[in-house]
Amino acid sequence: MHEMGIAMQIVEIAVASIPEHLKNSRVQGVYLKIGKLSSVIPDSLRFCFDIVSKDSAIAGATLYIEEIPVTARCKSCNNHWTIIGPAFSCPRCSSGKIELISGQELDISSIEIEDDSNGEQSSANA
Amino acid sequence: MEIKVVRKVLDVNNTMAAQNRKLFTDKKVFVLNVMSSPGSGKTTMLGKTISRLMPDIRTAVIVGDVSTTNDADRLAKTGAPVVQVNTDAFGGDCHLAAHVIAKAAENFTLADVDLLIVENVGNLVCPAEFDIGEDAKVVVLSVTEGEDKPLKYPLMFRVCDAAILNKIDLLPYLEYDKGEAVRNIVQIHPGIPVFEISARTEDGMEFWVIWLKEKVKEKLNP
Repeated sequence: MHEMGIAMQIVEIAVASIPEHLKNSRVQGVYLKIGKLSSVIPDSLRFCFDIVSKDSAIAGATLYIEEIPVTARCKSCNNHWTIIGPAFSCPRCSSGKIELISGQELDISSIEIEDDSNGEQSSANA
Repeated sequence: MEIKVVRKVLDVNNTMAAQNRKLFTDKKVFVLNVMSSPGSGKTTMLGKTISRLMPDIRTAVIVGDVSTTNDADRLAKTGAPVVQVNTDAFGGDCHLAAHVIAKAAENFTLADVDLLIVENVGNLVCPAEFDIGEDAKVVVLSVTEGEDKPLKYPLMFRVCDAAILNKIDLLPYLEYDKGEAVRNIVQIHPGIPVFEISARTEDGMEFWVIWLKEKVKEKLNP
């Protein structure tokens, strides 16, 4: 429901992450990790991202979304498992004292920048 | 070429929330974030709660709505200072973000406030995602909604510290399985306290108010 605001934040962070010497290169992709427990709908986010990025320095970039499963650890018996249905207690010992290890991510992991065909700086410094 | 970024998308909000939390802790104010779907009876519940807290616990309220000041007008009758935030100025936002709380809190003399209640925008999805610098989050659900709401909005019920099941005075007129609703809440969040209340008749209110008073005291007089 708040995908537009999230998309604006993503574009802002991605634009700020372009290194100074690559300012004129095209950003091809933005890589995002979204936990399945976060309340963000990937399709809506892609739709909003396309609208917001159109008039920015990353126009034309594709948003790549990796969905992260919800995994947990039981604080009582140290069992690790992936939560699939809406049940948050340990399947082995039924304890409700669990720690969520993943599933709430909403992180930008990287951006992909087109390699400069003139290549002077980026390849020289690589 | 890949450029590593590794940043949380909500970094800006999280930083602002951390600033809020520090300010409220310095000023000795307990902040309660109250969330629910629209029409769960949140405003009535808060009005009755505040009447039981004042004047012992000096309470102030920030009310978030997309538009109108109806809720603020109702809560102001309790004598608590109330600030209404209309999110349509922020693009009709579906939640209150940390910077909005920081701005709204400037309207209060925090030295004279023990408890700041934030009545969030009615919505079980987005507010769960946004830290505002609160000390506790509470979700209000009513028996006129489906028993399976907790299963449909798991994040909300995971992040909250307590759940209130409101409008129990209507149970005789409904085909509502209260046991199932409570089981669903606890399935999502084992151990979460669930308060069954009627804000209208005030049945069950005392247990919820005791819980809240304890939480406030824990922070203000550790």
